[in-house]
Amino acid sequence: MTTSSPPFRLPAMLAVLVSVLVAVPGRAPGQVPYERILDAASEPEHWLTYSGTYGAQRYSTLDQIDRDNVGELQPAWIYQARSLQKFEVSPLVVDGVMYITEAPSDATALDLRTGRPIWSYRRSLPQGIVTCCGQVNRGVALLDDQVFLGTVDAHLVALDARTGRVRWDVEVADYELGYSVTVAPLALKDKIIVGISGGEYGIRGFLDAYDPLTGERLWRFWTVPGPGEAGHDTWSGDSWQRGGAPTWVTGAYDPELDLLYWGTGNPGPDFIGEVREGDNLYSESLLALDPDTGELKWHFQFIPHDIHDYDSTQVPVLLDAEFEGQPRQLVVFPNRNGFYYVLDRATGEFLVGKAFAKQTWALGLDENGRPIENPDTIPTGEGALVYPDDDGAANWYSPTYSPQTNLIYQNVREKGGVYYLADATYEPGKIYMGASRRVVSGEDPQGFLRALDPLSGDLVWEIAVRAPPWAGLMSTAGGLVFSGTMEGDFFAADAQTGDVLWRFQTGGAVYANPITYLSEGRQFVAIAAGNSLVTFALPD
Amino acid sequence: MFPVIDTSAFDLDRARRARRRAVAVCAVSLALWASGVSAQPADLAQGKRLFESQCGSCHGPLGNGGKGANLAQPRLRRASDDEALFNIIRRGIRGTEMPGSPLTPSQVSSIAAYVRTLGRVAPENIPGDRTQGQGVYASLDCARCHTVGGRGGVVGPDLGDIGARRSAAHLREALTDPAASVPDGFLQLRVVARDGRVFSGIRVNEDGFSVQFRDLQGRLHSFWKHELDVLDQQWQRSPMPSYAGRLTADETDDLVAYLVSLKGITDQ
Repeated sequence: MTTSSPPFRLPAMLAVLVSVLVAVPGRAPGQVPYERILDAASEPEHWLTYSGTYGAQRYSTLDQIDRDNVGELQPAWIYQARSLQKFEVSPLVVDGVMYITEAPSDATALDLRTGRPIWSYRRSLPQGIVTCCGQVNRGVALLDDQVFLGTVDAHLVALDARTGRVRWDVEVADYELGYSVTVAPLALKDKIIVGISGGEYGIRGFLDAYDPLTGERLWRFWTVPGPGEAGHDTWSGDSWQRGGAPTWVTGAYDPELDLLYWGTGNPGPDFIGEVREGDNLYSESLLALDPDTGELKWHFQFIPHDIHDYDSTQVPVLLDAEFEGQPRQLVVFPNRNGFYYVLDRATGEFLVGKAFAKQTWALGLDENGRPIENPDTIPTGEGALVYPDDDGAANWYSPTYSPQTNLIYQNVREKGGVYYLADATYEPGKIYMGASRRVVSGEDPQGFLRALDPLSGDLVWEIAVRAPPWAGLMSTAGGLVFSGTMEGDFFAADAQTGDVLWRFQTGGAVYANPITYLSEGRQFVAIAAGNSLVTFALPD
Repeated sequence: MFPVIDTSAFDLDRARRARRRAVAVCAVSLALWASGVSAQPADLAQGKRLFESQCGSCHGPLGNGGKGANLAQPRLRRASDDEALFNIIRRGIRGTEMPGSPLTPSQVSSIAAYVRTLGRVAPENIPGDRTQGQGVYASLDCARCHTVGGRGGVVGPDLGDIGARRSAAHLREALTDPAASVPDGFLQLRVVARDGRVFSGIRVNEDGFSVQFRDLQGRLHSFWKHELDVLDQQWQRSPMPSYAGRLTADETDDLVAYLVSLKGITDQ
């Protein structure tokens, strides 16, 4: 078994050196053409897109901070957000500026040297916005000279990257019906791809593409097919109109296959299957779309007819490997439902599915990856216990794959829930879930950072943290994997062995993905924790 | 100090939604009226009196800010409509020092009505021609330093909603004597770095140890102060040239008419 990783080319290294030398302190205004994002792996001093690169491995070739010196890592500067909501941002970094979002729907540009704000866009929001899980935001997209921000009142806004001034502002959907945008948009070619939240409100999900210059919508893929569309017959009656399947976590892109990969969330109502008989396509699926047209090329549905609210909205990770003697283009997906999946990313063929966390909802997967449902876990009036609960074994926070160790890393939640059926009468903009939940008495939920074999899902090592985490991960060529905890620790582990080599108590729970970059030639690591964005570096 | 961009400008959709919601606001107004509460002009005097006694210690006697937010703006970030403004005065803003108020709904309503007047520019007689003025704006290359609708240079203040914020008289003065009316917080810098480089620019942000500024080409710079030999703060100076004597009276009228027409929401 071998795996390949992007080669670290000499010209690219020289380009890095040159840009570092000329970029500071007087630098030209940031210009991030698509070609630069496409080749983001060749400029690891920046972090140009949500997952670092379109392949979404969240792996950096920077190696100044390594296993030997990471113990000396210390805080460099801290930016405190004004909001006390969960701070879920994945920052972007380019040309001396860090772009972050702050809850609920604000964006701020920070000077990379000092952490001092350059501008802030503070959005005026109407009253009456509903979001299931906090009025949060996970980051911006950059393209050319603009910053793109989704908002909890379900708009997409283009800002002048120099000043934060609004270039355009368009409605994605009607927030009064429960739609919102919390996802970091994805800049791709000449389009801005944006997903939607609201799966707990009886929305009908979609994925959109917008013109970065005008805000005009270029295509929409309905994740719940309408009458006459393929898959429509997987919904009984008119249930498709409230079918959910939101798209609230940023996807990945393969430029060679020219396919955009994006996960979809739960069908609605979350916990009552009777009112929506059928497989409920394309909820709980990984979609492969033509990014130019939004046309569906293939899909793989992880959970047909889900009744546990297991949103399959994780970050798809692309990697190439020899699988059973054949070189394969793969997409791997540690799913919130507790199973780790390996698919062929050209065809969607199911290759591997293996539990990576405690789960009881499925008795197993058949040869096509379709789950064999455990009837004892279906929500009832008397209450049914299921693992994981609807917060999942994984969630929106990112996994990472290190080509250096050939391991995939996932923060894992082991926590059950007891579900009692409740009324789910649809009213526009109201919760439409159909169950109430209580915790399992006497249980102390557990959290782990787990390293898995990327082709089998087998456990290689794990670090027990206390509460089930909400932190994303990042791995580096320094042989490290970075993570955070609910208790406020941000830490680095040896990516090969799982030994914790450094930790820092930030004072606030980590609900965010780490990133790394160079500033003036020095490597930094940044993480949002509590309401603070903290950056770290080795002593100068 | 650093630019904080208030929103809702350029938001046509929000304007449409606001109209849609007018029904709801009307319903609230009706309810207030039914309970003897209304924001009649006669209440403005009461609103002013209450504002000065209840709100002025934080928001300033003129409402243009202090410890509290500047309310003398055409659009308020947290109060996009009258209903929201009423509720904020009544209930306060969680997580901030803005407290709720024990005042009666009638009193709150009069304060809200008064606050709404603070950011408004009184209607004026504008003799010029807006379209001609747009041509003057282009011929003077104002967009080299200023933005309208998100397009243009970033050295000077954004003008996209200048007509909602400034009177014709103020704009006329700004054209002839730019240094007489630099915006609050606008600071021209002359900077000499230890390595000998010299910059002129506009401050973006500053603390005790560092300063960020844009040079006149719009490039952003960040320096630790120990890296500088000179940091000359040129208050009440402006890199904008005076147009006194360079424009005819008609051209000035036309340019002012164009600037006054820039209200953010309708001008893209």
